Amino acid sequence: MNEEKLEKNSSPRRGLSDLDYLKLNKWQRFWYKVGRFFVGIPGWFVRLFKKIGNAFKRFGLWIAEQCKDIFNTFKNGSWKTRVSFFFMGFGNFAAGQVLRGLMFALMQWGFVFYMIFSGAHWLGKFGTLGTVEAGTAEVLDPVTGELITTWIEGDNSFKILLYGLMTIFFILALVYTWRLNVKQCRIIDEINANGKKVHTNKEDLRSLIDDQFHKTLLSLPIFGIVMFTILPIIFMILVAFTNYDFGHDGYSNLFTWVGLENFNSMLTFGSGLSVAFGEILAWTLIWAFFATFSNYFLGMFVAMMINKKGIKIKKVWRTILVMTIAIPQFISLLYVSNLFADNGIVNATLQNWGFIDLLHRWGWLDANMSYIPFWSNGTFAKVMVLLINIWVGIPYLMLITTGILMNIPEDLYESSRIDGANAFQQFTKITLPYMLFVTGPYLLTSFVGNINNFNVIYLLTQGGPRNPAWGDAGGYIAGDTTILITWLFGITTGSEANYKMASVIGILIFIVVSVLSLIVFSVMPSTKREDDFS
Amino acid sequence: MKKEKTNPQVLDEQQQFLEFDVDFDTESSNDIDIEAPVTTSTVAEAEVAKRRAFSSAQPQQKTHMGQRAKNRISNTFIYIILVAMSIIWLLPFVGIVFESFRTESTGLAGYIIPKQWGFDNYVRLFTQTSFPKWFGNTLMMGLVTAVVQTMFILAVSYALSRHRFKGRKFLMNMMLVFGMFPGFLTLILLYTWLNDGHLTMDNAPYGLMLIYVASSGMGYYIAKGFFDTISHSLDEAARVDGATNFQIFYKIILPLSKPIIIYTVLMGFMAPWGDFVMATFMANNAEAGYNAAAGLQWLLTDSMKNEYYTTFCAGGVVVAVPITVLFMCLQKYYVAGVTGGAVKG
Repeated sequence: MNEEKLEKNSSPRRGLSDLDYLKLNKWQRFWYKVGRFFVGIPGWFVRLFKKIGNAFKRFGLWIAEQCKDIFNTFKNGSWKTRVSFFFMGFGNFAAGQVLRGLMFALMQWGFVFYMIFSGAHWLGKFGTLGTVEAGTAEVLDPVTGELITTWIEGDNSFKILLYGLMTIFFILALVYTWRLNVKQCRIIDEINANGKKVHTNKEDLRSLIDDQFHKTLLSLPIFGIVMFTILPIIFMILVAFTNYDFGHDGYSNLFTWVGLENFNSMLTFGSGLSVAFGEILAWTLIWAFFATFSNYFLGMFVAMMINKKGIKIKKVWRTILVMTIAIPQFISLLYVSNLFADNGIVNATLQNWGFIDLLHRWGWLDANMSYIPFWSNGTFAKVMVLLINIWVGIPYLMLITTGILMNIPEDLYESSRIDGANAFQQFTKITLPYMLFVTGPYLLTSFVGNINNFNVIYLLTQGGPRNPAWGDAGGYIAGDTTILITWLFGITTGSEANYKMASVIGILIFIVVSVLSLIVFSVMPSTKREDDFS
Repeated sequence: MKKEKTNPQVLDEQQQFLEFDVDFDTESSNDIDIEAPVTTSTVAEAEVAKRRAFSSAQPQQKTHMGQRAKNRISNTFIYIILVAMSIIWLLPFVGIVFESFRTESTGLAGYIIPKQWGFDNYVRLFTQTSFPKWFGNTLMMGLVTAVVQTMFILAVSYALSRHRFKGRKFLMNMMLVFGMFPGFLTLILLYTWLNDGHLTMDNAPYGLMLIYVASSGMGYYIAKGFFDTISHSLDEAARVDGATNFQIFYKIILPLSKPIIIYTVLMGFMAPWGDFVMATFMANNAEAGYNAAAGLQWLLTDSMKNEYYTTFCAGGVVVAVPITVLFMCLQKYYVAGVTGGAVKG
């Protein structure tokens, strides 16, 4: 850790000696740093691959160690321990730990019954996702020996995929519990050998509200997260490798594994889908960049204005802005969207004031259009979305930055004023560096949040205006303001739902977000100090 | 720091305080700081004297006056901006309220101030649409989610903040990684799942509650950041007195966590009011299963808009007023939570 820090501190200047560096002027220093940043990129990748390699190595060693331990336990253990290898919980029962033994036994027998009655069925079909299509077929009647036509309940690919995955989860859970069971038997053996006493049931229960309290706290929430977040996400990741869509819905038309085909059609250069993807990704990043930084600077600016000495009724200004946070976005944004509609209030007002005619006369607006196409022209829509996002975002940033701005020591400003710095210099030399330092992590989260900023885009434009150049873009006619997340939503919920492509988009969003976060986290050392507060 | 050294004026100030030291130190300081002005002691002193004389010779009154005038201009400027901003920020809300009282037409209109005022839209909202049902659904979801979600979040964040156990880092990384996937991905699976348990369509509110609550542990960051700031010495003192971890949590940490509890409850209560994506999807066109957001948004679909636009405005007012009042009362806690989260990251 320490070494890494040292390396980080010195790395931007490794090319030049300190003295040479100090001789550079401001711009040279800046470009020098930028250059070093890019020179450092290969180093990151090397470190990243090393880290991954190490993780694999450690994992392998860990497995080997576990196996050795299990083997030794069997070899050296008492007969009770050996029985526990096949009947989980036996060792605990024998030592009087009825509760633990009961849990292990329940787990084992529950698993066995599950596998017999349903798990094996699903797992067996997991490789093909089902082969029997539902429909009528002629079957030999066992009683009369005649051919009769009956309805055959076919496979359901969706269920096979889901329950197959769940079965795999159960198997992993069983392996883990079995390992736990073996370990506990070993510990019981050791305790008996030392002549000490094992924990009683009562002590076990008590430990759940004391030194094992975290297990009590975490069990239910983690169970919820596994069932409602982790399992569904893994399921959808798997869907990206199948041909699951409205044409292959899983019961009337089975779907099956297709490997990387979906990624191919999404990323192959030149195909209709990849053009749409490229442009939507580009707009998503542009949107996230401008949305984040315009809000950041303007919000800070507003906070500074309100904070300024001599400005009265500060509370009123703040309250007016904060009100917009309280009102649910679907109300305010839907209303604003209608405000700027082709026949909305803004256009009507401009018409009444003669502004539209003026535009006509200047030739800035098509003669046959009696309104400004706020939402129906791609460029207009993009600008409008960004502007209205500023309207949405400034209050949040104002709230966040107000407190931090007040924390900047006043004497810094005082002394800079004596030095003759003007307000702009004060901002760039004192305020901005301080703010960037303190709110750096927030900038990252807000950038990621904007990549996934569904509400603003969807409520204002629903992703429109439609862009016909992209074809059907995976079952949903994407538009100029469509960002990845609204595209995903459109594809999932449209009448021609294309789940496989939605999953591909979801995975790509994940890749974009995680790569960005990795870069930022590796550049910013200040985010890892978890224990600094205590 | 660098700036202070290179700036002669600051140097002068330092010299004023360290008058004697400066005489001996000027040469050695030159070695360290290449950009420091080369001054002998006498020159420096002369410089100091000159500047002092200069600043005292300046009529103090005048600079103050100039400063004040400048201030007044810039303040006026700021007031103008703030007033303009307030108008822009409030205009949509004033517009919604006005349009909700418009009775001469029900669709989009090109003006804000109604020609005929009346409560027709509110009457229509409560008699001709299922709004009371939607409102009730949302209220129930809000209350249940607020309570259960708060319990979940507090449990997870407390455990992660105070306990050091095996797999803790793994757990946190896991939640971080899975948090990076867009949540909409899971919609289709969750729908199928809940549909099997008859928790969609008319029963969508119950299914939605399950979804909101089940994954709420993922949002532990802000509360954990808060718990991290509570001193560990409190726990240790209680531990010496023989308290169990549960007692420490319940009797010591929780009473200190009022701000973060209120923040979590507030967020939990407000979430269902703003969620229209999940709600629309889970209800799947069954009107009785909508929440307020889904229902009101449905009123604005193309086929309904002409007839129900002003009704939507009325519904917006009915939803927004209580939420806003609640939010404004608890604003302090919201700000604390948001700022804490932003600074900590």
